[in-house]
Amino acid sequence: MPATAPLHLAAEIGGPPRYDPGHYTGLARLAEHGALDFVTLGDSFARPGPDALAVLSRVAPATGRIGLVPTVTTTHTEPFHVASAVATLDWVSRGRAGWYVDVSTTGAEARLFGRRPAAPAGELWREAGDSAEVSARLWDSWEDDAEIRDVATGRFVDRDKLHYIDFEGADFSVRGPAIVPRPPQGHPVTVVDGTGGPARETAARHADVVLVRATTPEQAAAARTDLRRRAAAYGRDPDTLRVLVALTVDLGDAETAPEPGLESGPPLAAGGSYYRGGPVDLAELITRWHRGGAADGFHLTPISPGRDLERIVNGTVALLQHRSLFRTFYPGGTLREHLGLARPANRYALEGGRA
Amino acid sequence: MSTATRQMHLAAHFPGVNNTTVWADPRSGSQIDFSSFEHLARTAERGRFDFFFLAEGLRLREHNGRIHDLDVLGRPESLTVLAALAAVTDRLGLAATVNATFNEPYELARRLATLDHLSEGRAAWNVVTSFDAFTGENFRRGGYLDRADRYTRAAEFVATARELWDTWTPDGTPRPFAHRGQHFAIEGEFTVPRSPQGHPVVIQAGDSPDGREFAASTADIVFTRHGTLESGRAFYADVKARLAKYGREPDQLKIMPGVTFVLGDSDAEAQERAAEIRRRQVSPQNALLALEQVWGRDLSAYDPDGPLPDIDPDPGSSLVQGRVRHGDPLAVAARWRALSEEKGLSIRQTVIETTGRQSFIGSPRTVAEQLTEFVAADAADGFILVPHLTPGGLDDFVDRVVPLLQERGVFRSEYGGPTLRSHLGLAEPVWKG
Repeated sequence: MPATAPLHLAAEIGGPPRYDPGHYTGLARLAEHGALDFVTLGDSFARPGPDALAVLSRVAPATGRIGLVPTVTTTHTEPFHVASAVATLDWVSRGRAGWYVDVSTTGAEARLFGRRPAAPAGELWREAGDSAEVSARLWDSWEDDAEIRDVATGRFVDRDKLHYIDFEGADFSVRGPAIVPRPPQGHPVTVVDGTGGPARETAARHADVVLVRATTPEQAAAARTDLRRRAAAYGRDPDTLRVLVALTVDLGDAETAPEPGLESGPPLAAGGSYYRGGPVDLAELITRWHRGGAADGFHLTPISPGRDLERIVNGTVALLQHRSLFRTFYPGGTLREHLGLARPANRYALEGGRA
Repeated sequence: MSTATRQMHLAAHFPGVNNTTVWADPRSGSQIDFSSFEHLARTAERGRFDFFFLAEGLRLREHNGRIHDLDVLGRPESLTVLAALAAVTDRLGLAATVNATFNEPYELARRLATLDHLSEGRAAWNVVTSFDAFTGENFRRGGYLDRADRYTRAAEFVATARELWDTWTPDGTPRPFAHRGQHFAIEGEFTVPRSPQGHPVVIQAGDSPDGREFAASTADIVFTRHGTLESGRAFYADVKARLAKYGREPDQLKIMPGVTFVLGDSDAEAQERAAEIRRRQVSPQNALLALEQVWGRDLSAYDPDGPLPDIDPDPGSSLVQGRVRHGDPLAVAARWRALSEEKGLSIRQTVIETTGRQSFIGSPRTVAEQLTEFVAADAADGFILVPHLTPGGLDDFVDRVVPLLQERGVFRSEYGGPTLRSHLGLAEPVWKG
């Protein structure tokens, strides 16, 4: 990776459960003020909190550029609904949607639905991969120019440009086409935590952005190399993958801390390695790791979003911008543009030879 | 107080994926861009409407084994787009149609409660059921739900959702739930506190005896197709009479037909416009298609400007998929033939004559009078207006009819409260801990 490769930054805005939209809008606007690529909002059926995709849809009209990436779990939700909801988030945000794929592993979650028992993570991540595959196919099931509004023939659509997806998997089958026309980004951005286990394979195959928890730059670089190799084995161009180091950050009270750095986190820091220090120290760490080629960027989970996100934006990000290591404004309008990812070609248009 | 001042309720239906929506008009905008939804919702709120309504589709309709291509097609997922509309409106109710067959109570109750929080008490759910294997091909659950099971499952679904909405105490303490029923056996904790309305408003649209009973026992609003004065009054009396056995008062269930309208400077001009809109709604291709929907046969060889076919409909046909069939096809065909012979109408003229007529046509004053009369005559508590144009189809109504309704004192000039329940005059449900 050349030293001049653009740096990508993202932040989690979830925390203790809140149900008022103003709270989330304020945090997303703050992140947008720092020109971050995207915000994530975690979600789980296993703990209190609102539906994350709905929250970020509520945030969309109140923001203009920042990417919006809710956690969407695939274990108990219909793949058709997942694809429709994420596509709709892309429409209402005018091309700023992603989804952070996760699975529900516990028996407690399974009992909320009563349809199937809890299953091993390997099985659930394979199913999550199928769900991602269904989403991608449904997003392609309308070609971009399917809508013709041809008054002479009375046809609103050219039905030759609408496609059945006929997905048959171990857990479900989906016929298609989608109800929602192809979203503005073609495919909203798929994010997966590929730190390890079966999720890494799903990430390598389906993700546009992979988060990895690492405590050293060497560890991060090794994960990145491995993910790029696996992606290539699936026939993907590894340069279409963005690997971000996931850090949980506690920025304390000072600009710099006596002993900044990474430590093994307390159990609540499940979102990544645990960083404690000041905003300036964090900027130093990001600079060092990024220059060393360890990662394409960072996904930061503030331990206290209300306090730490402001410090990240006005401290860490401002310093990175001052050093010309991070953008000061958004040159593009869509999340894919922020990430430097092309709008994907439509697989069915390619098959038809019309691409 | 005379019936003339009875307050009416108004809702705005986003133009649907059917031939009521005229896409060939040069003013017709996108059916999917958020700006279209924003325009219509803001217009409805400017008119102090009770709520904005979205229909749902889970599979593209097919005709004769191919995707139906003559009507507007493609729409967003309802709850997601309504969450976004909550950001650009302040008082307008936000109603999503969501199928109970292809969802699970826990997840849908959570999404609806979330929308109620995000909109500060403006969420509504139009409960529909589906039982066809055609739609099921897009879902894990797949195929077929017995017709008899439709309403028992839907009723248990709604009851379960209400149990979940009641699990947190009003002071914000989560408590575990357990539900064991014929269709659902679930337990755990709900992730969302009791929402601002207690329960989102529940809308129901079934017309069969089972559907009416379900509405009387469960719903806050009935969305009906009975848009004429006579059938409206009969439906209204029938459904309201069913409430007592559930211990409910007549005003606890609002009856709102889906209606169309055409305005003009004069009644005559409105009639001319209405006829022109019907011609646009029923293109030659759409006329043949409407005929095939009744006949259940491939009639593509017929001339839309020629006479009706001599052959009879096929009542068991599967030609049409993903669309609700209304009425007995043989009876409908007989009625159409009689009309065609009596007036000498072609296929297209017959279809225009029988299926296209708008509910309210006239000058703003005439339409305001008709709406007022409709409510005063106990044919409805209000209306779900279905414009024929996206997104500007409600502009004239809000600018020209609503002020007249307000002048007459039959429609609010300002919102009285913040929640959809307050617009509808519905009490917050009693918490059943």
